[in-house]
Amino acid sequence: MSCQDEGTGCVPRRKFVSLAAAAAAGWVLTGCGPRRLVEIPRERRRELLEACERTYRQAYAADVTVADTPAIPGVTFAYALDLSRCVGCRRCVYACVDENNPSRDPQVQWIRVLQMEKDKGVDFAHADPYYQPDVVPQEGHFYVPVACQQCENPPCVKTCPTGATWKESDGIVVIDYDWCIGCRCCMAACPYGARRFNWATPSIPSDQLNTKMHYLGNRPRPKGVVEKCTFCIQRVREGRYPACVEVCPAGARKFGNLLDPESEIRYILENKRVLILKEELNTRPKFFYFYGM
Amino acid sequence: MILRVGALLVASAAVAATVLAAEERLEVPPPPFSDGIFPCSGCHADLEVNRTRRELTGMHDDIVLRHDEQHRWCLDCHDATDRDVLHLASGERISFDQSYLLCGQCHGEKLRDWRAGVHGRRTGNWNGHKTYLLCAHCHNPHQPRFKPIEPKPAPLRPTHPAAVEETRK
Repeated sequence: MSCQDEGTGCVPRRKFVSLAAAAAAGWVLTGCGPRRLVEIPRERRRELLEACERTYRQAYAADVTVADTPAIPGVTFAYALDLSRCVGCRRCVYACVDENNPSRDPQVQWIRVLQMEKDKGVDFAHADPYYQPDVVPQEGHFYVPVACQQCENPPCVKTCPTGATWKESDGIVVIDYDWCIGCRCCMAACPYGARRFNWATPSIPSDQLNTKMHYLGNRPRPKGVVEKCTFCIQRVREGRYPACVEVCPAGARKFGNLLDPESEIRYILENKRVLILKEELNTRPKFFYFYGM
Repeated sequence: MILRVGALLVASAAVAATVLAAEERLEVPPPPFSDGIFPCSGCHADLEVNRTRRELTGMHDDIVLRHDEQHRWCLDCHDATDRDVLHLASGERISFDQSYLLCGQCHGEKLRDWRAGVHGRRTGNWNGHKTYLLCAHCHNPHQPRFKPIEPKPAPLRPTHPAAVEETRK
């Protein structure tokens, strides 16, 4: 009974057992099993990226580089799209395909351009993504391109059971394709229909592959995982504009740092009429729509 | 007296602002001239200046002005005595790569948005060097309204994966 004596320095059995259980649980949770990219030490990441590069070089016979460029401190990315200028030509859709290595067959596209009627306003129930007239814009219609809204409060991240999708410090919601189990809970949770699922093995012709890749962005995906717009993470973290911004013939797409008071985005937020989609859901998108004129 | 001095100050400030605007040089790609048309003085140096407003025949008859054509014609923007430059309403001459100053005389709010990077297309770096385009790179100055364009193909309608596999066989 001497162990119950505070003065002896002995640990009581009950306390010992609970401490040991906590330590074991801690070891199991942190010490073993595969880890997400965010948790892997820097020096081991290089090995992981090189393994990826080897795989893709073999599969596509191309000089592939896979980067893991981290977020730039003091930067939160935001996007703005001018609804008064978009003509619905879908140049952005195909620039995105060229940049981000989605499957060509079956077809996967991250941007969906919705044709809406001016009489009805922004009305998803009557929107048509399959419009194909000879020329656009069509009289009495306007166009709303929709991709991932990069929510500040993303429902997809909340619902993911494996932690395969998360929000980076620069605000980009990313997916680790090696951790995605393809349950598609995130697709059900996304109110914007922005996530795409690889129902079959993606196919990309070797000559159409963008060899400049980011681990959390445009590296080729396996079958059975979810993917979506990443603001062209492989470009924007190196200071470049996303591919869709540069291709838009109407100059309707704007991109920049939300935290920089001199940025184009801040000018728009301060001087233009701005709206976000489904504001009532409190997802707080960082993708803004505005009227430039 | 104080009022007069005030008016003078305002006037001189306005002049200074105009001069500053004209001196400002933004990095833009070369203006989109038709092939072989510039310098205009190549032909015009030897021609007599005819300031009479008229329908052009012979040369430049391909240009159809659809840009406030009731009120304007060639020499409202092109300089009569030096054809290689444009001129502002004030008479001040500007080069073709500063044509945004000319456009901005009427479309002031567009010029303001363009300077801020909100009107028009930018390429390059969001946090560094950007390439601007002149108004005339996207808008034909003689017919500035955008023409309708052909859209890229619509997305395919969703199909059952088994059907997709079937088509691949």
